[in-house]
Amino acid sequence: MIAELLVPFSYEYMLKAMWVSALVGAVCAFLSAYLMLKGWSLMGDALAHSIVPGVAGAYILGIPFAFGAFFAGILASVSMGFVKQHTRLREDAVIGLVFTSLFALGLLMASIWPMSVSVQTIVLGNILAISNEDVVQVAIIAGVSLAVLALKWKDLMVTFFDESHARSMGLNTVFLKGLFFTLLSACTVAALQTVGACLVIAMVVTPGATAYLLTDRFGRLIVISIAIGAITSFVGAYISYFIDGATGGVIVTLQTLLFLVAFYLAPKHGVLAARRRRMELAGAEA
Amino acid sequence: MLTQPTRVELNPASALVAGISVHGLTVTYNNGFTAVRDATFDLEPGTICALVGVNGSGKSTIFKAIMGFVRPSAGEVRLCGRPVEEALKRNIVAYVPQSEDVDWNFPVLVEDVVMMGRYGHMNFLRMPSRADRYKIDEALERVGMSAYRSRQIGELSGGQKKRVFLARSLAQEGRIILLDEPFTGVDVKTEAAIIGLLRELRAAGHLMLVSTHNLGSVPDFCDEVVLINRTVLAAGPTAEVFTQVNLERAFGGVLRNFSMGGTALHDDADSRRLTVLTDDERPLVLYGDQPGVRDASNARPPAK
Ligand SMILES: Nc1ncnc2c1ncn2[C@@H]1O[C@H](COP(=O)(O)OP(=O)(O)OP(=O)(O)O)[C@@H](O)[C@H]1O
Ligand SMILES: [Mg+2]
Repeated sequence: MIAELLVPFSYEYMLKAMWVSALVGAVCAFLSAYLMLKGWSLMGDALAHSIVPGVAGAYILGIPFAFGAFFAGILASVSMGFVKQHTRLREDAVIGLVFTSLFALGLLMASIWPMSVSVQTIVLGNILAISNEDVVQVAIIAGVSLAVLALKWKDLMVTFFDESHARSMGLNTVFLKGLFFTLLSACTVAALQTVGACLVIAMVVTPGATAYLLTDRFGRLIVISIAIGAITSFVGAYISYFIDGATGGVIVTLQTLLFLVAFYLAPKHGVLAARRRRMELAGAEA
Repeated sequence: MLTQPTRVELNPASALVAGISVHGLTVTYNNGFTAVRDATFDLEPGTICALVGVNGSGKSTIFKAIMGFVRPSAGEVRLCGRPVEEALKRNIVAYVPQSEDVDWNFPVLVEDVVMMGRYGHMNFLRMPSRADRYKIDEALERVGMSAYRSRQIGELSGGQKKRVFLARSLAQEGRIILLDEPFTGVDVKTEAAIIGLLRELRAAGHLMLVSTHNLGSVPDFCDEVVLINRTVLAAGPTAEVFTQVNLERAFGGVLRNFSMGGTALHDDADSRRLTVLTDDERPLVLYGDQPGVRDASNARPPAK
């Protein structure tokens, strides 16, 4: 029985999958702490879908997928900015417009030029079949992003909390926001490999949202969020060995379960805590 | 509670003249609207200056220009004789925002917010030292918010939030402090406490620019007034600038104006008229031509 549970650890491809997933889960969770606070959660989704034509193009041209994806991510951000500036459309409409067009373009490209890698891999991700080159790419992206975030997390916090104060202490907030979206694009690319375009959104929202229910301090929120992201991704990849594939589905399901637990049981912001406080209040009055 | 007169130490990085000088400032927004045209005024250290004008007259725009948020299309702003960007890097300016600019659901505690005031003094990792922690304790104490330090920032009342942001500007030790409408939605007691604190800061040589609709309290604590309506209408010492004629020019028809005199007011030979001017908050009461200063403690400390 125990021997059976340890089987995944004896395959190199499983070890690789678990560690890469954990790394990606951690960095996406770090970003989620900021994204969900600014009401930009859907931006992660938009970016992930917009990246598909870039990845398809990169496979066609035979260049590393990260370049194509990154180029498409930047293209998406710029066109969203452009459409927003020149129309009075609301942000959600602009995001929806841009990302569906790019996603459709990606599907179209994939159907016109036959590819060795099916679009399904991009859309659903397949960490268990990740190639060594891709592991290196993903590890570099995630590692560099984690390092930058670890150095700059407080500057980003001030910028997102109170931009005018950040300016007043001489921070270049335009640069910091640009940096943030660059990291987001890069990490979305990395997450594409593990959970696929459809589920990236969960990776960059759920851990932060869960942590938000558990603490009122941003530093702790980041730590909790990273722990959730890394552990669920590691365990998710592990479990997917037994149920054969669908790593993304397992990871996101685990994250959702944790969210539900926090939603009901969180000591201060949970549903049950609120109910208990109301009861105590009613009890005190009676 | 708020007003034990403690000395503020001078921050060596900015131990130079902490003045604001605005020259020929014109700000045109992206949509082509020129919110401020050719505004000019100079302010010296150790001053509290009111920025007064109707809604949309360009008060917040002038703050944005001083903070480098909007680029002037003509003219310039200098802080302590330096261009804005350079002055900001030296932590010369602290800014107390209008409350709608802040995300109140953000997971930060009161003490974290005040600590943000110290970031500019820390190394690039923003690791607080013992001195930084001491300074936030002191700042919280001065605004009377020590008891609330572990609350999440959104769990405070409007007046308490304002005090926390004031504490942050104290912790930042900026020689210039910009306050955008610090008195809106604040009760008389907190207002008095904030004014007391501003006076202490003035005594320590800080320069404060305060935008306000609270006309009545301006003569109480402001040495100078800048009256604006899309340009500077008048700027200078309160007694000279803050007159009924100028105010009516600045506010046009918006100002409510009651005037009484003669037998309606007096049963003696006093010929002065009583005039009440208000743009909806605390009214300004003029007795004769002079603003009715209620509080003699406004006397400015002698120039150094
Ligand atoms: N981002 C912007 N784009 C275009 N016009 C703007 C912008 N911000 C402000 N304005 C315009 O500039 C003018 C001055 O605005 P400002 O915010 O400086 O007024 P204010 O004096 O602070 O008013 P209030 O007393 O209401 O705070 C207004 O007419 C406003 O409509
Ligand atoms: Mg304003």
